[in-house]
Amino acid sequence: MDRSPILLFFRRMFRRKLVLVAFVVLFVIMLMALLAPWVAPYEPTAIKVIRRLKPPGELNWLGTDEFGRDVFSRIIYGARASLGIGFAVVVVSMTVGTLFGLLAGYFRSLDGVVMRVVDALMALPDILLAIFLVAVLGASAFNVVLALSIVYTPRVVRVVRASTLVIRELPFVEAARALGVSTRRILSVHILLNVASPVLVQATFIFAYAVLAEAGLSFLGAGVPPELPTWGTMIASGQQYADDAFWVVLFPGLAIVLAALSLQIVGDGLRDMLDPKLRKAL
Amino acid sequence: MDKSPLLSIRDLEVRFRTEEGEVTPVRGVTLSVGAGETVALVGESGSGKSVTSLATMGLLPRPAGRVSGGQILFRKRSGETVDLATLPSSDLRKLRGSEIAMIFQEPMTSLNPVLTVGEQIAESVRLHMSLGHAAALKRAEEMLELVEIPNARRRVHEYPHQMSGGMRQRVMIALAMSCNPSLLIADEPTTALDVTIQAQILVLIERLQKELGMGVLFITHNLGVVAEIADRVTVMYAGQVVETGTVGAIFRTPRHPYTSALLNCLPARAQRGEDGRRVVQSIPGSIGPVGDGCAFAPRCSQAADVCRTGSIMLEAEMERSVRCVRWREAFA
Amino acid sequence: MSASPLLAVEGLTKHFGRAPHLVRAVEDVSFHIAPGEVLGLVGESGSGKSTIGRLVLRLIESTAGTIRFEGQDISKLPERQLKFLRRNAQMVFQDPYASLNPRLRVRDIIGEAIDAHRLASGAKRTERIGELLETVGLPASHMSRFPHEFSGGQRQRIGVARALAVEPKLIVADEPVSALDVSVQAQVINLMQDLRQRFGLAMLFISHDLDVVELMCDRIAVLYLGRVMEIGSSEEISQRPRHPYTRALLAASPKADPDAPKIRRMLTGDIPSPMAPPSGCVFRTRCPMATDECARSVPKLRSAGDGHKFACHYDTANDERPAAA
Repeated sequence: MDRSPILLFFRRMFRRKLVLVAFVVLFVIMLMALLAPWVAPYEPTAIKVIRRLKPPGELNWLGTDEFGRDVFSRIIYGARASLGIGFAVVVVSMTVGTLFGLLAGYFRSLDGVVMRVVDALMALPDILLAIFLVAVLGASAFNVVLALSIVYTPRVVRVVRASTLVIRELPFVEAARALGVSTRRILSVHILLNVASPVLVQATFIFAYAVLAEAGLSFLGAGVPPELPTWGTMIASGQQYADDAFWVVLFPGLAIVLAALSLQIVGDGLRDMLDPKLRKAL
Repeated sequence: MDKSPLLSIRDLEVRFRTEEGEVTPVRGVTLSVGAGETVALVGESGSGKSVTSLATMGLLPRPAGRVSGGQILFRKRSGETVDLATLPSSDLRKLRGSEIAMIFQEPMTSLNPVLTVGEQIAESVRLHMSLGHAAALKRAEEMLELVEIPNARRRVHEYPHQMSGGMRQRVMIALAMSCNPSLLIADEPTTALDVTIQAQILVLIERLQKELGMGVLFITHNLGVVAEIADRVTVMYAGQVVETGTVGAIFRTPRHPYTSALLNCLPARAQRGEDGRRVVQSIPGSIGPVGDGCAFAPRCSQAADVCRTGSIMLEAEMERSVRCVRWREAFA
Repeated sequence: MSASPLLAVEGLTKHFGRAPHLVRAVEDVSFHIAPGEVLGLVGESGSGKSTIGRLVLRLIESTAGTIRFEGQDISKLPERQLKFLRRNAQMVFQDPYASLNPRLRVRDIIGEAIDAHRLASGAKRTERIGELLETVGLPASHMSRFPHEFSGGQRQRIGVARALAVEPKLIVADEPVSALDVSVQAQVINLMQDLRQRFGLAMLFISHDLDVVELMCDRIAVLYLGRVMEIGSSEEISQRPRHPYTRALLAASPKADPDAPKIRRMLTGDIPSPMAPPSGCVFRTRCPMATDECARSVPKLRSAGDGHKFACHYDTANDERPAAA
């Protein structure tokens, strides 16, 4: 029998080929974003007016934009910002959401208050709430992260609270209480370790949503300032040239679709694998 | 029994595909159930008794599980004998609703929560008899009376969740009886029930079996229930039948060391030790991976070298059979 | 009966929810356990037996009544003053799968008990964990494994080792062998018997299986719908039951003996819901000898001698014994 849980994890995870493909795609995108200065053929901000709006070709694989900047290089650097913002949103919303979810699920007295705030936030459409928040806070990468974190934290709270409610009733938690284990340890070890799986699944979905939402915000002009190349700002500034130079918007658009789709597929794969009921059915 | 038995399972083998490769949870089951007879299939978890019953009913989870060897012969009312293991699934389904009936451990999951119990029984009745809606519902009410549900007229309109576990199991039995089966397969039907309710269900099954002359294959891990209800007993261990005999023979003079050890594990058979304390015997370890020789050998107090090689055959003699090369010496 | 019981429960009551969905899980239950004594709680679903176990350990709050542990009423103490209870009273659970945190190694599962009371640290801690594993019949080397690597019986042993880690005086065992196969069940029963003798443990042994309880326990309390129907020594309860419910329960449990009389007399009807228990004697709706009096007043526990008590209006001593008892 294979004793290594990590190996087993990946073997289960990649039983479905699509999940493997998505995982590889994500890995490549992230690697390129990390190694952007070495991978990108041009500086993302290098303006070459004579080569503006050139179609994809040998010099510029994915063409150039209205300032003659290389679209491929900008997509790679844009991945840094887009995925970076997405990742930051995931980190912030996971941390805050898990904390409040644990508290709401474990202490019934806090449940009412926390969940009413969560309900109120979730009653508003995601993108509208984000636009409103950025409008109030001002457009900057930091504020986009803040706004999207506020938008997605309630989802995490819900997932964590639901799992906590189940786990707190399990005998091993009762056993810990009977032993006189501190509440802090019960929450941070017994419950947190066991909500990790659903939270991880949620994290991949939020990552995907956040990448999409950032693009949406930037496109609407309520996101990061246009100087910073993100996939969203690329489409936003390129849209007026789209009729003559489809590549200016098509390729950043494809990048968004590819990243978001891969994240969702990986998330689905994780969920199928971590849900014992579904796993049995496989 | 002069006639061929109602159900005759011969050398059944079932394989399952799993993540870790193929496993063979059933690898040599031979048993028979005659008309009007109750046969208990006994075993602990991992013995393969439930897989055997699922295979008999054609309910192995597909595509992971399949019958890979042996036969499951069933004698139909028409006198024709069919092999359930190779029967097309549509024919099997027809048979399952009419001549073979089943009841399970958890009735709640086998009943449809959005239909009244009356509607569910009526639906089954109409599948097998050409009755109108009202007549079928009337028949459902009679079925509830048959299984001794009080106020059948009123309860026929209730939903499963409005009933207790015991009542739901009665409904399941009514549903199973509605097509007048000749064989009833009962898979741990009383395991989830309280002991006073279990007693009611056991007496009910016994009564129905006598009245309707059904053959009953009763799968259970509870030896008390076996002694209560069975005519004959088949004991399974690690996917194989290790012993078969009448209930009296099995309990009084078990021949397989496993049967004997299992009976001695019962708290009611605890013996007073030297210090005056009552101690039950136990079997060391647990069902392990199957290798060469007798599967029980690693836990057996009587095991010798001959037990650890080759494959051990089921020795049949009169009404009894035992899969042990040393049973004569072991119980001499 | 010892002069100073380890555990003394008086008038213990637990209601869940509120009207009209009030569940009367435990109603005016009293018993005591002497040091080193094993008391069995027997009953069917809705009898409140598991609730009583959790009330005693203060895992849930009682509605009324007192719980004295070594003379001190612990029923109202705040959690931070319960350290001595947590140190002296432990629990073993039914489900060998859900009672061990699947994400922790055995070392950390047992070590948690040691840490919570600062009993040992460093190499001493590891040594102690190994010793505990060996006490329950597992090799010390298994401490770095995860629960899923063990069989049900082995997990139950780990659960016992965890409870023993604080060297308790009382163990509440909630159906500790019900989820196990017969052959493994016997192993765990014998283990618990041994440990009981070795460490002088007192136990509150909760089970629905009369045979197991009779084997394990010095005394037995029979519960029905949250009330004590009968309490007495194991022998008295199993050989000379006085309450009609105890008799019915004995008669209904199938004997692993084909020569024993078959179940013929049995209780009719269902166990009533604890949300709507019958008036008077809660057992009267299924009792073969119920009269109008039983509907009017709740029978008090009365003595049948030798600490044997039963709660029935009628003196059942001269009745014929139930057929299968």
